[in-house]
Amino acid sequence: MEEAIRLTYDVSPEDFTRAGEASSDVKGKLKRLGVPPDAIRKVSIAMYEGEINMVIHANGGRITVEITPQQIRMVLADQGPGIPDIEQAMQAGWSTAPDEVRNLGFGAGMGLPNMKKYTDEMKIDTVLGVGTTITMTVNI
Amino acid sequence: MTVRELTEKQLFHVVNMGNDTDREITKVFCCDLLSIAMGKAPADSAWVTVMGNVNTIAVATLADAACVVIAEGAAVDEVARIRAKEQGVTVLATQEPIFDAALRIHQELNG
Repeated sequence: MEEAIRLTYDVSPEDFTRAGEASSDVKGKLKRLGVPPDAIRKVSIAMYEGEINMVIHANGGRITVEITPQQIRMVLADQGPGIPDIEQAMQAGWSTAPDEVRNLGFGAGMGLPNMKKYTDEMKIDTVLGVGTTITMTVNI
Repeated sequence: MTVRELTEKQLFHVVNMGNDTDREITKVFCCDLLSIAMGKAPADSAWVTVMGNVNTIAVATLADAACVVIAEGAAVDEVARIRAKEQGVTVLATQEPIFDAALRIHQELNG
């Protein structure tokens, strides 16, 4: 694996039955590339949480994954409403998810904290009314 | 105890037999909130829950649970069944409450 492998996924808005497809695909590819299971699990969890967030809050978006021998970098970009208070959003248990999302078992306010927990680096760029880009890195 | 060995004990009804049935179950995990399960379910665990929707299958796959046990006679909807088959996730079901189902697995693991 000399050069970086780049994968791109479009996340459909408000489709919970398809949420997780991009993460599952990445998981399968990482497995075939021989990436250690621990790193695969971290990427899978962090990316799925991001995917779900895009479906719930941002009307979908686009995920780009870059795989090198040293690290896996995920860039999740959406054109949603933006995050007004990142510090508050990072608190475990804080959520603005609607009831129908909670009924599916989501919306417990664990998304962003889980993403931080399972990645080595996480950066949030957000502009109200324009969108949010989250960059996460998992070292191999 | 492997996933296959658990299914052979016939404690639970087999909804879907997954691909990787020779993997070892190391722990039992109980939780119905998918957001919590996503972050806390240990890899290789038998995950007992009442949530039988398609997102449960996604979380089980991505958090790398060994199998899912749907307790309390909760329904496993059709989309979830199809996804379990596609993803090769073993899904079991029981009428027992979550605690009792989890305890049975725990006893088999530590018996």
